[in-house]
Amino acid sequence: MTDHAGVVKGMIGTSVARREDDRLLTGRGRYLDDLELPGALAAAFVRSTFAHANILAIDADAARELPGVIAVYTGADLMEIQKPLAPKVMHPKLRDYPRLPMPPRAVHYVGEPIAIVIAQTRYLAEDAIELIEVDYEELPAVGSTAAALAPGGAMAHEGADTNVAVRLTQSAGDTDQAMRDAPHTVSAEFTVTRGGGHSMECRAVAARHDPATGQLVVWDTTQSPHYARQQLSTIYDMPEDDIRIIAPPDVGGGFGPKAQFYGEEVVIPWVAKKIGRPVKWVEDRSENFVAAMMERSQTHRIEVGFDDEGHLIAVRDFVEHDQGAYCAGLQVPSITTSTVPGPYHVPNIHVELLACYTNMVPTSSVRGAGRPQAVFAMERMMDRIAEHLDIDPALVRERNLIQADEFPYEVGITFRDGSPLTYDSGDFPALLSGTLDRLDYPNLRARQATLRAEGRLIGIGIACYVEGCGLGPYEGAKVRLTNRGRILVTLAAAGQGQGYETVYAQIASDALGLGMTHIDVTTGDTSKIPFGQGTFASRITATAGPATYQAAQQMRERLTETAAVLLNCHPAEITFVGDRACLDGDVDKSRTLLELAQVANIGKHGITLPKGVRAGLETSAYFAPERAAYASGAHAAVVEVDPDTGGITVLKYVIGHDCGNVINPTLVDGQVLGGFAHGIGNAMYEEAAYDADAQPQAASYLDYSLVSATEVPAVELFHIHTPSPLNPLGAKGAGEGGTIPAPAAIANAVEDALRPLGAPRINHAPVTPARIVDAIEYAAAT
Amino acid sequence: MTEATGHLISVTVNGATQQHVVDDRTTLADFLRERLRLTGTHLGCEHGVCGACTVIVDGAAVRSCLMLAVQSDGATVETVEGLAPEGELGPLQQAFKDNHALQCGFCTPGFLMSVTAALREGPVHGQDHARDVLSGNICRCTGYSGLVQAVLDASKETDGD
Repeated sequence: MTDHAGVVKGMIGTSVARREDDRLLTGRGRYLDDLELPGALAAAFVRSTFAHANILAIDADAARELPGVIAVYTGADLMEIQKPLAPKVMHPKLRDYPRLPMPPRAVHYVGEPIAIVIAQTRYLAEDAIELIEVDYEELPAVGSTAAALAPGGAMAHEGADTNVAVRLTQSAGDTDQAMRDAPHTVSAEFTVTRGGGHSMECRAVAARHDPATGQLVVWDTTQSPHYARQQLSTIYDMPEDDIRIIAPPDVGGGFGPKAQFYGEEVVIPWVAKKIGRPVKWVEDRSENFVAAMMERSQTHRIEVGFDDEGHLIAVRDFVEHDQGAYCAGLQVPSITTSTVPGPYHVPNIHVELLACYTNMVPTSSVRGAGRPQAVFAMERMMDRIAEHLDIDPALVRERNLIQADEFPYEVGITFRDGSPLTYDSGDFPALLSGTLDRLDYPNLRARQATLRAEGRLIGIGIACYVEGCGLGPYEGAKVRLTNRGRILVTLAAAGQGQGYETVYAQIASDALGLGMTHIDVTTGDTSKIPFGQGTFASRITATAGPATYQAAQQMRERLTETAAVLLNCHPAEITFVGDRACLDGDVDKSRTLLELAQVANIGKHGITLPKGVRAGLETSAYFAPERAAYASGAHAAVVEVDPDTGGITVLKYVIGHDCGNVINPTLVDGQVLGGFAHGIGNAMYEEAAYDADAQPQAASYLDYSLVSATEVPAVELFHIHTPSPLNPLGAKGAGEGGTIPAPAAIANAVEDALRPLGAPRINHAPVTPARIVDAIEYAAAT
Repeated sequence: MTEATGHLISVTVNGATQQHVVDDRTTLADFLRERLRLTGTHLGCEHGVCGACTVIVDGAAVRSCLMLAVQSDGATVETVEGLAPEGELGPLQQAFKDNHALQCGFCTPGFLMSVTAALREGPVHGQDHARDVLSGNICRCTGYSGLVQAVLDASKETDGD
């Protein structure tokens, strides 16, 4: 795997062992709370205990007098930074309510920060919080989208006349007419509940202001350091070069919530500057449960029209989307509306989504990002079509799939940037048939019939999906030969366990024709590369990947050109052996990387460069994809249900996955299998319940079930590879495909298992034992 | 913290016996991380569910977020930093690496300590047993399949010793 033999070929596509692992396995990881910050003070936030209230007064006198407390600030004490945190993805018709870093007058969800204590230790800061008295005027709260849309119901924001934030629509063809003309129609209502990202490391921010340089250094567990810098630059009215955001080398998972921007990220650096001491805030889990953004809750009322063979004629879907207390961005609802048609021919479609304000923590992307809900609605309906026509659900899917020779495929609706939604490549029939083959599908159906006759409830569920990934606008990479003779790849993107230090060295290695051992990768520091977007939407491999490849190709040209001057030959005659640029592979006629750096980078003061040598061995590239690439897949679950307990046993699970060309197969498998565990959580366990007053009811791991090794079944995973034509690596994204269809596959399997009991309906994710027993009892009673 | 009201404890951590004055309420996790700067032990939930903070105290895997430092007086504590004192990976750590049993690595020290304690009780046979051994810890990244294989591989390795 390494380059002992010298010339290297084909690191891309190889399961190289991760460079990150040794430090993480020996306790030498450097997560934010592990960083040495001499003199740092600890911060803790006072958070709203009401879902909707006016703040009448805050008495912090006793807290300020507590020994060890340095300062207490309420929102009103920091009016200079009370500027709205802008929605990430906007819409011209959005009714926007300002999300302030630490609102001084009113709160709109339980957990909203309203004051901060700075103390010598976190223990003392939390003592002080107990001494702070907040006088609230409680207001009626909205605890669900149904309550948000109920006529005459409470308003999430005082003075509003509607809780609708925005209405998004997608249309193709003439859905009304097609639905009227369709030989068959079925309709249903499906709900998917709120869930969180639950990275094992919560959020954290630390900051230090250096008055001598004027620079504010912010350590932030963010997935998007450049985005955070841009927000702070605007809010603080400071030049971006005076703000350095560092996502630490190790961040303990992201999954979406850390890609968002929060009030705490504004307050901590500002307070550090104000006090003149470093300040660190590490979110604890009880804060994370109420204050880190969540996702998922949507209700779909969907109707499909189809012919006698199950061919789709029309789809109409009306979606209620829970935006939470403020609009942090419309990326999730936008993605939902464009994901409904999935891998199928849908000649007529109308999707209408109402994003609703509620008094719960704002929603934004969580692994899957609007897609699991759309896939849940569509894939459940594929099964209902099969049931209606009494044909096999796999056959219904086969008959509707877009074929491998139809790419690029224009879906007929628009992507969130307004361009026509176009799938770049794929082979959906191969994914489905590969999945069915691994189930031994015809025999499995026969076996199911036999077991059913014995009274056992066995079900088979299939779910297909597409995932728009590798989104724009761009991502960049810099490649430099350091003065110590090593290649340094600098990415703006920040990792949270994906293995960037390994993967981008693999890519650079191939482009340079130079062994990985000479290549280092650094990530997530705004002082090292000027522009970047961040790690989200399964986008980095398909954006930073090509950028790295292109910048490294340019570097190869620069290195060979420099070596050719020194060796008096043509650049094409140069190859690398170890760290030597050699003429025709001859190490006796060569220059080391260090020697090239000495000539072109370090130079000699006052001495002219050798003729033909260009100064400064540094290259950079920014890759801006033309549009999103589309990964795809098919999942299938075989389950047995115990009708007395509602317990589900997953007997077999197969995943067919296509993310185009793969850089490191083992790491891709890890992404898919990890995403799958999250999907099993969404399918069967995770539920961030709120009561009617919008009070969180599942704010610890005793009430919110994260899956452990005993809940996640073994998976048979296979890949196909249809390269994306949209980037030179042919790469797509792998981060979310494991999650997206799992709730649909499990719900389809459970409903299939229960069919002998009068076809109880499974309309809600997660599918819990209580819901199964309820569905059985309801079916028996009707 | 008011050290004057603290307690003098003597605790052996990764083989070195040390004496410290600790507050009543300082958790073992905070003591290890902040006083001893052994930051490999991580805090994921601070209510005893996720297992990221697992260390071995007198041979038993414990949640260091639920134990007070003062309770470790006289005890022998092992943390992730003690698993590979020579800088080489031990068999369990190597099995984690070989099976891609970690991604972000935040939960990893807790898993290593839980499994280390379990393997000392005897070998692990089969997937179900391995999953049972792992079930006291939460990982959000890997989906556990690499962890299951790592436990089985490491068990074979220690079996042969």
